[in-house]
Amino acid sequence: MSRSFDTGGAPHFPPHSTVSRVMLQVIYALVPAIAAHVWFFGPGILVQIVLACFFALGFEALMLILRKQPLRLFLGDFSAVLTAILFALCIPPLAPWWIALTGMLFAIVVAKHLYGGLGHNTFNPAMVGYVVVLISFPQAMTAWLPPSSIAPAALSWSDALVTIFSGQPPGGLAWDAITEATPLDSIRTSIATGKMISEARQLPVFGDFGGLGWEWIANWYALGGLWLLWRRVISWHVPLAMLGTVIALGGLTYLIDPGSNPAPLQHLFSGAVVVGAFFIATDPVSGCTSTRGRLVFGAGVGLITLVIRRWGGYPDGVAFAVLLMNMAAPLIDHYTRPRIFGK
Amino acid sequence: MKIDPLSQARSAGQQLHHFHGGLRLRHNKKISCQTPIEKTPLATRYYVPLLQHSGREADATVSQGQKVLKGEQIGCFEHLGRGCIHAPTSGTVTAIARHPISHPSGADGRCVVIKPDGLDQWKELEPIDDWEQASPAELRQVIGSAGIVGLGGAVFPTGFKVNQASERGIHTLVLNGSECEPYISCDEMLMREQPGSIVLGARILQKAVGASRTIIAIEDQMGVVNAALFRAVEKSGAETIDIVKVTTIYPEGGEKQLIKVLTGLEVPSGGRPTDLGLLCQNVATATAVARAVTEGKPLIERIVTVTGNGVRKPRNLLAQIGTPISNLVDQCGGYASDAARLVLGGPMMGYALSTDSNPVIKAANCILVLSEDDIRPPQPEMPCIRCGECARVCPSILLPQELNRAIRNGLWDDVMELGLADCIECGCCDFVCPSHIPLVDWFRFGKSELHLLDQERVRAEAARQRFEAREARLERLKRERKKRIEDKKLALQENSSKQQKIAAAIERVRSRKSPKP
Repeated sequence: MSRSFDTGGAPHFPPHSTVSRVMLQVIYALVPAIAAHVWFFGPGILVQIVLACFFALGFEALMLILRKQPLRLFLGDFSAVLTAILFALCIPPLAPWWIALTGMLFAIVVAKHLYGGLGHNTFNPAMVGYVVVLISFPQAMTAWLPPSSIAPAALSWSDALVTIFSGQPPGGLAWDAITEATPLDSIRTSIATGKMISEARQLPVFGDFGGLGWEWIANWYALGGLWLLWRRVISWHVPLAMLGTVIALGGLTYLIDPGSNPAPLQHLFSGAVVVGAFFIATDPVSGCTSTRGRLVFGAGVGLITLVIRRWGGYPDGVAFAVLLMNMAAPLIDHYTRPRIFGK
Repeated sequence: MKIDPLSQARSAGQQLHHFHGGLRLRHNKKISCQTPIEKTPLATRYYVPLLQHSGREADATVSQGQKVLKGEQIGCFEHLGRGCIHAPTSGTVTAIARHPISHPSGADGRCVVIKPDGLDQWKELEPIDDWEQASPAELRQVIGSAGIVGLGGAVFPTGFKVNQASERGIHTLVLNGSECEPYISCDEMLMREQPGSIVLGARILQKAVGASRTIIAIEDQMGVVNAALFRAVEKSGAETIDIVKVTTIYPEGGEKQLIKVLTGLEVPSGGRPTDLGLLCQNVATATAVARAVTEGKPLIERIVTVTGNGVRKPRNLLAQIGTPISNLVDQCGGYASDAARLVLGGPMMGYALSTDSNPVIKAANCILVLSEDDIRPPQPEMPCIRCGECARVCPSILLPQELNRAIRNGLWDDVMELGLADCIECGCCDFVCPSHIPLVDWFRFGKSELHLLDQERVRAEAARQRFEAREARLERLKRERKKRIEDKKLALQENSSKQQKIAAAIERVRSRKSPKP
């Protein structure tokens, strides 16, 4: 007696990995840094994450319906959630709610779906959203809190909620009273006013290497990033090239003129260099795919970041650097194709 | 200092190298290695496909109702040299009809259907008594007529391969015993149980192609195989055979990967191992060669691993070509209750069969019955997120994600430039893809499209040449006609001038003749 079987394509194995698993692992890797963020800057970040996820999934669903794509499949891939979390980690924890709304509108609708949805976006969606709000709402985007250890008043959950939804500082305080220039801002100002960086570093917002609190958050980002490397979710090429470039070039400029150039570790442990190296520049869709291409890409992001920090109009340049290198990615990929076996 | 590639190739196996990419897979071989190889009993019908080699379908050389003896030629083809197919047992040809033929395409093909007479009577065998005295050409001739094909899975006619190899000049014969796909253990069991026959085959092949040494490559996880082969080599007294253990990383058993591991050299793209003076043969092919030369028996049986969680008693069977697969499964205790997929070959490169009435063919190294839990349930395909995992594992150092994009967009020039022709369809990219894109299916499609385009180009070129030839012919005819007309005119003119001359001459004569005034 012969028996019939259903056929299917090779390889005949259970699925090895899925897109949603990749995205989820990246989200897990962000958890320690988020916890550190809450520790140093209060619960605002959690509110921002929830808000951004809410808007992101809303826009994602809307665009999927308009584009007649399967809802469950693409809402369940966690790519929009990851975009939202990365965006929320970039904005001030007490930014008003419409910052997240605007950012997600540009990230999900413009940068992602207008370019063809998952896998087709030329630019990193989270960075597009962030850069749009950074340029459009400079005042709201520079209202950073000092770490809680040196803050004049500790902010509670309710303070954070009220501030985010009303747009007014808590307890009738003025914005100036509770916000503080970030370490990178302080360095810019000191250079602009002709002071030495060593003088600026006397300010209380600085820690051992970078910004107070920030350096610890960077450590946790690095830990999450190393875990992703170990899990082989990301490859080592982009982080190594980016961090290596920042250290090498930062070191070189520091050796030439330590008065107006921060030390390489200062560069590394302030702003978005570490999170950028492990979580943002490693975005596969908008980055390079060949291994040599990834080295060039990472090095480019590091270089442009330092150039913007030193000579540009913004204190940090990771987001701009990533977007600029996104543009160059196809070209880099074209010139860094590996040699085919036997050719 | 650059080392001369040929001398590097000559020192094959002395130092091992790495190849790019690959996967470390769970072996799953032990389950089918617990019992010795068993012979399959006579079936009630044999369905011997006329296409079970790479190339064109053979023509049947027997007709319906004809009686055949075991080992008698029943089919023959003239492509890549002359090759034959032989009867697996003695009996009557009941039909030459279409039947499932275990082909990757799933299509039916023509089969010689044989009803056994139960005697299993061999034809008159003509072995070479002392192969060591035979000439290499004589050995190659015997190999060519015994219906031997590469038993590793590629089923390339061995006769053609050894002829080509001896013309090109070979220094090292590589016997490939590193079957890298999970589950498959037929070569391992063969090396355990019949190492002597492999060593004999190696010596015959070495002489037939004029190689000076042989390397038998086995996997480092094959346990007792090494010792068994070593003893067999010692017993034979051959001093030119080395056994090399290679690291188990799928697909290290691929011909090009194995050569890279053994020599550090890459077979040129589009080339063959003979370009490096090497010839690769599967270990089972070597035993088939030994049997053909020393016993005169053609290839009518092979060892098949019947395994997987979907079969009750996994083991290796010595099965006649043409035996229905259902017979083999029955001999292994039948299907387990959750048997879900029947695969011919391994889990990475094997293809799913729709029915177990498909016959055992020369390429059938493994019948893999998988349970529900072993297979990928139909997964929704997601867009490529360019994670690059496929490129990381590709042993041919291709960029599968770029190939996928180019093929889907029909950018055939890009596809060729990205090296689709160098894809060995090992399935590593497919395995790791988080978006579940059936990459290898797309690559096969791309290859067939390129092939069609190529044929079209050839046709277009032929049409162009025909057109140009016709134009040239018409032009020539036109020229010739014109010339003819002109010639005629000229002749006419000449004629008239002649007549004038004649008239003038007559006039002159007449005037001379006439009396002077």
